[in-house]
Amino acid sequence: MSGVTPSPPSMPAASPWHDAVVERVAVLTPRIVSVFLRAPLAPGLAGQHLVVRLTAPDGYAAQRSYSVASAPGVMPIELIVEKLEDGEVSPFFHEVVAPGDHLEVRGPLGGHFVWRPADGGPLLLVGGGSGVAPLMAMVRDWHASGAGVPLLLVVSARTWAELAFRDELVALQARAPLLRFVAVTTRDAAHRPGDLVQRLDSTALQRLLAAWGHVPAHVFVCGANRFVEAVTTGLLDAAVPAERIRTERYGGAG
Amino acid sequence: MATRGFTGRRPSAAFASRLPPGQFETDDFPVLSKGPTPRVDLATWRFTLSDGPRPLASWSWTEFEALPHTVWQGDIHCVTTWSKFDTTWEGVTIDELLAAAGVSAPSAYTLAISHDDYDTNVPAADLLDGRAMVATRFNGAPLAAEHGGPARLLVPHLYFWKSAKWIKGLRFTARDEAGFWELRGYHLRGDPWKQQRYSDDP
Ligand SMILES: Cc1cc2nc3c(=O)[nH]c(=O)nc-3n(C[C@H](O)[C@H](O)[C@H](O)COP(=O)(O)OP(=O)(O)OC[C@H]3O[C@@H](n4cnc5c(N)ncnc54)[C@H](O)[C@@H]3O)c2cc1C
Repeated sequence: MSGVTPSPPSMPAASPWHDAVVERVAVLTPRIVSVFLRAPLAPGLAGQHLVVRLTAPDGYAAQRSYSVASAPGVMPIELIVEKLEDGEVSPFFHEVVAPGDHLEVRGPLGGHFVWRPADGGPLLLVGGGSGVAPLMAMVRDWHASGAGVPLLLVVSARTWAELAFRDELVALQARAPLLRFVAVTTRDAAHRPGDLVQRLDSTALQRLLAAWGHVPAHVFVCGANRFVEAVTTGLLDAAVPAERIRTERYGGAG
Repeated sequence: MATRGFTGRRPSAAFASRLPPGQFETDDFPVLSKGPTPRVDLATWRFTLSDGPRPLASWSWTEFEALPHTVWQGDIHCVTTWSKFDTTWEGVTIDELLAAAGVSAPSAYTLAISHDDYDTNVPAADLLDGRAMVATRFNGAPLAAEHGGPARLLVPHLYFWKSAKWIKGLRFTARDEAGFWELRGYHLRGDPWKQQRYSDDP
């Protein structure tokens, strides 16, 4: 790896299953809920995920990964779950789960798609749909730690209403001059100057980088596979070195 | 501990016996990688087999494609809990590579090395006797770039992060040297049937 990758490899501590209590479930967008959990987990790093395990009465269990959206060490832990109509686990969080319910979690896990305040910037975060979750943890950690580095956050969703954390990000940008938040919608009109209506491609990314005026030292891209593939291709075209770009892919075609 | 209200969507009995613990079956073919899909040029592609730093043999794309190819059919398992059934791969087994190089495995461990600076350790025993190949075709077509094309390691009996995408070499090592994900908390071997997901799993 080149010198710009600052995070030393980290061995997460032992990761047994822990009991987690659902404290609250909140509607974040028409297709995404926030699930707030209380669990005795280590604080972890921004960008890590939990593995959630659900068990049926006969012992059958299903587990899925969900990125932590809250800042490291903040309780309750916030996960966001997008509903896949034909999914096994995500509909449970939309239709069944209620405050006081128990489930099992493991983590936080993952030592690659992580940003620590000491890693610095400039920081470019690009998310699609629920892929904004680990980026939100980074934005919140960046803000809480007072990291004085420029941060460009580009979030894509179908419509303005489907942009998770939109209001929080707009409000944070008003208070944090080093934060630039660009909303990209694919099926909607632009709501603010500087927002884009399109699918992200090389040209758009080059324009965004030029308008930002910084060369990113660390880039994190997260979303469905097709989104990550399109954005990383665009970033390579925009001459961002491959070794500065880290990806997290949530699977699926979306 | 049962989760209130969760019943789950169970696989059929026939499928269930093929699913390692904690896995679910998908028709999709999800992609996971540490960064962008690297741009690999077949004109300059080389695959190098080495013993520590010492090259044992190396092949250009044309030379590699001329080696005897084998078809493997079966199920693959990703540590992020999806499994995919009845996949078909074609490539050159590690046994064939060693035979073509005129050597036998010089040590008990290997490190697979990729174009995107990814690496992953695999015990030599897990690569030999037809258990692994360098695959260049998937379901009858050239392997797509996002799935590791032009060539990836295929070690189907281990979690799929061991099947290094965009492979460019296989290095025999004297000791078991942790690779990219192994340094970041994943298991040194990664047997799906034993649920060897994270470093502290048995
Ligand atoms: C490290 C990591 C972090 C993740 N973080 C989050 C997160 O923060 N929020 C979140 O909502 N999800 C996240 N995911 C995805 C999550 O783990 C599940 O895959 C997702 O919730 C679907 O599970 P399910 O049981 O509802 O659907 P499944 O029963 O697993 O899938 C049903 C079918 O839907 C299709 N499908 C699966 N995934 C997708 C997709 N993403 N888009 C379109 N089609 C799909 C497939 O064809 C599949 O056969 C993350 C995944 C990883 C690997």
